[in-house]
Amino acid sequence: MARSQSKELDRKKFFADPIMVTTIVVLIVFLTLFILYPLAILLVDSFVTDKGMSFDVFKRILAMPSFRTAITNTLKVGFLVGILSAAVGLLFAYVEEYVKLKTKVLSGLFKVISLLPVVSPPFVLSLSMIMLFGKAGIITRYLLHIYDNNVYGFWGIAIVQTLTFFPVCYMMMKGLLRNIDPSLEEAARDMGASRFKVFMTVTLPLILPGLGNAFLVTFIESIADFANPMIIGGSYDTLATSIYLQITGAYDKQGASAMAVVLLMITLFMFIVQKYYLEAKSTATLSGKASRQRMLITDKSVTRPLTAFCLIVASFVVLMYICVPLGALFKTWGYDFHLTFKWFSQVFTKYKGLKAFKDSFVLSFISSPITALLSMIISYLVVKRSFRAKGFIEAVSMLAMAVPGTVLGVGYIRGFSAGVFRTGFLQSLYGTGTLLVIVFIVRSLPTGTRSGISALRQIDKSIEESAYDMGADSFKVFMTVTLPLIKDSFLSGLVTAFVRSITAISAIILLVTPKFLLITVQINEFAEKGSYGIACAFATILIIITYTAVTLMNIFIKHFGTSRAIEEN
Amino acid sequence: MAKEKKGVRLEHISKIYQDPKTKKEFYAVHDTTLEIEPGSFVTLLGPSGCGKTTTLRMIAGFESPDEGEIYLGGEPINELTPNKRDTAMVFQSYALLPHYNIFDNVAYGLKLRKMDKEVIKEKVTNILKLVGLEGMESRMTNQLSGGQQQRVALARALVIEPGVLLFDEPLSNLDAKLRVTMRTEIRRIQQEAGITAVYVTHDQSEAMAISDKIIIMNKGVVAMMGTPQEIYYHPNSEFVADFIGEANFLKGKITELSGSDGAAEVYGNRIELHELKDRRVGDECTLVLRPEAAVVADEGQLPCDVILSTFMGSYQNYHVMVGDTLVKITDFNPKTKKIFNVGDKAFVKFDSGSIHVI
Repeated sequence: MARSQSKELDRKKFFADPIMVTTIVVLIVFLTLFILYPLAILLVDSFVTDKGMSFDVFKRILAMPSFRTAITNTLKVGFLVGILSAAVGLLFAYVEEYVKLKTKVLSGLFKVISLLPVVSPPFVLSLSMIMLFGKAGIITRYLLHIYDNNVYGFWGIAIVQTLTFFPVCYMMMKGLLRNIDPSLEEAARDMGASRFKVFMTVTLPLILPGLGNAFLVTFIESIADFANPMIIGGSYDTLATSIYLQITGAYDKQGASAMAVVLLMITLFMFIVQKYYLEAKSTATLSGKASRQRMLITDKSVTRPLTAFCLIVASFVVLMYICVPLGALFKTWGYDFHLTFKWFSQVFTKYKGLKAFKDSFVLSFISSPITALLSMIISYLVVKRSFRAKGFIEAVSMLAMAVPGTVLGVGYIRGFSAGVFRTGFLQSLYGTGTLLVIVFIVRSLPTGTRSGISALRQIDKSIEESAYDMGADSFKVFMTVTLPLIKDSFLSGLVTAFVRSITAISAIILLVTPKFLLITVQINEFAEKGSYGIACAFATILIIITYTAVTLMNIFIKHFGTSRAIEEN
Repeated sequence: MAKEKKGVRLEHISKIYQDPKTKKEFYAVHDTTLEIEPGSFVTLLGPSGCGKTTTLRMIAGFESPDEGEIYLGGEPINELTPNKRDTAMVFQSYALLPHYNIFDNVAYGLKLRKMDKEVIKEKVTNILKLVGLEGMESRMTNQLSGGQQQRVALARALVIEPGVLLFDEPLSNLDAKLRVTMRTEIRRIQQEAGITAVYVTHDQSEAMAISDKIIIMNKGVVAMMGTPQEIYYHPNSEFVADFIGEANFLKGKITELSGSDGAAEVYGNRIELHELKDRRVGDECTLVLRPEAAVVADEGQLPCDVILSTFMGSYQNYHVMVGDTLVKITDFNPKTKKIFNVGDKAFVKFDSGSIHVI
């Protein structure tokens, strides 16, 4: 059988739509140039030396004991953080979905926990960890009278990362538990199984792939994390920090490239396992929607320890966040607890705070609408259209999710500092705000695309077909039908991109030039120096900005969102 | 109302799909040639997977044929995208734009054609009157019942005055009663608008009630095309006879022939036949007998054993065995008739004119 005619016709129909063809071409160029090319150049750099193709660079970096330690360090931390986050996340999700919560306080705390990872700059918890448990830490020094506690290193990173990442696992597990049909568990109970037995034989097997998924997602996040190990790692180097030091300290760009390739290979492998094996499995086992309300557990011997645990963890996290503004209000943390505004005023008078906020704000403000629109266009193309390059677009935009910021940063340095393939082409881009905006876009694109894809999958294909059938071309369909229907997702993509950009550090710290002052880079600098007052003051203002952005978005969605319009009727 | 009624012609159309699991290619539609007259109401009818929706979507332009050419009003349209084709489709799920109110939904196609605001308003008002939704312009789509949404979908398709109106199982989401009302409505509106309509359904009574012509499809090919009467009374195959209404099949052999009249032997009984074509004495044949065309009686053409007898109110439902063939009979108005019980010996009685030979 020959399907050539339909393919030929589809091709002709496709090219009858110039706007779409242009969009796709632009997208392909963008993705190739700013995601694929920087990664490719890393590979080239680490294999090609003056003497031609060789493994010399890899041999050299692998011979460094510090690098080998960094690999094991990274994997050890990642593994532990993955397990802890998945476990704590599952516990939180279980308590919310299965246990009757008596107090409003606890459900309020749950809400806060789910919001935190969205608004929080990545290293806030490291800061407060040091302020609570460090040498001058309130808890260690004043409550426990330990004067030489060392929070830096393995446990510091592990605890901070677990507290940073478990909310993500909690949200993932909540979604899965909600989709378990309660009758499955009721059937097991009915046949005489105890609660624990039901959990072990029904609930757990059902969510096991999802739990593995959550573990790997956190594992990848932990490995890719730059800011926390930077601040609280001390001499405990991970791959991300080693790469940074290799560039900024040892000026060994080629070595850094090879290290980045090693880090990329690890995250890429995890990502492929997660994406193509576990993710499919975790949703396949739980396709059904819960048919009705679940009977919540009221048995006190179960509810008390579970809620107590969640309460302690949640309060601890909240306490850590409260530490940050407090740290900015005390004269000298740990020694002089007089209230003062001097840190806040120093931010603006002494450390060009205004410029830092302006630069960060403007760059993020420019990049976020572009990111949101791009990710919606990509989702639309991936979900609703079929064309040959679709696989490429989908794969590359998902690939960006697996690329640690540090790796991308090194890739951009190697790829653009002397122009594309060192030809000088696009060299003028290097060091400009445009490149920083592009980095912000690339870093936030996968999140937006993922949310856009899931939003679009819920829209009946025939709604767009009907508009197309009425005479609208692809562009018109996208603008008048698709975008209005996913405007909630677009809006949250917009704000998420903004928040992610303004709080980003890993890639940007490698690329920022003295021309631009970025808040996150400032916080990092002052935290490194031990000037926690200033760091906290910067961080507090940053949290206020991000929190305001998210709140505004929620208000906006509540009043103008599509979900509300449907609820009303 | 339509600018111009357009006919649709499919010439040797095939569509090949790939089974996603086995990766095997198969014909969803195979070498189909059709002619749909301008202004007529034609229904594509068949079991699920027969290729009827694929055919409709090829006319709309959402799918491209692998072989053959589609003509709309005499023009080949294979290369046109859906938005450039003079067709309008009414979708199974209605596919109304949920963020627009009724007026904007109906006006959508007109706005795309950059018509004058006043003209749009007039056209939308007229069409909403035609479908019986006047005064509902500012409602949102989710404030409407299923039947009303269906009317909006119809109005939206009609208002752009397409050459052909396409319906993809438009009534399958409605309850049984509303389905009957709506099909009458659709037929009335199509007649008033004087528009060519191609309608896809798997519901045979819907097809019978609404169509000028029915095209029965099976496994990607056209099994029969004809008026509802032709298809019901003169099916060309067991598939068609069985798909439209209920049918009993009796195997026989032609024993006599004079002109178009003759007789066949069925289980040793002589059955008189009419309207025979291209038959010879000695030919094997299948006799089609509709359940409502026969009664169970003390005397008749075929002796039988009653194996089921159920009172259904308006009729008595019989299953009888003629030889080793099960024959279903619906005997209407049983009050005045003798009722046979299970185990009774009786006869199947019918008018020889109601037998159709295939």
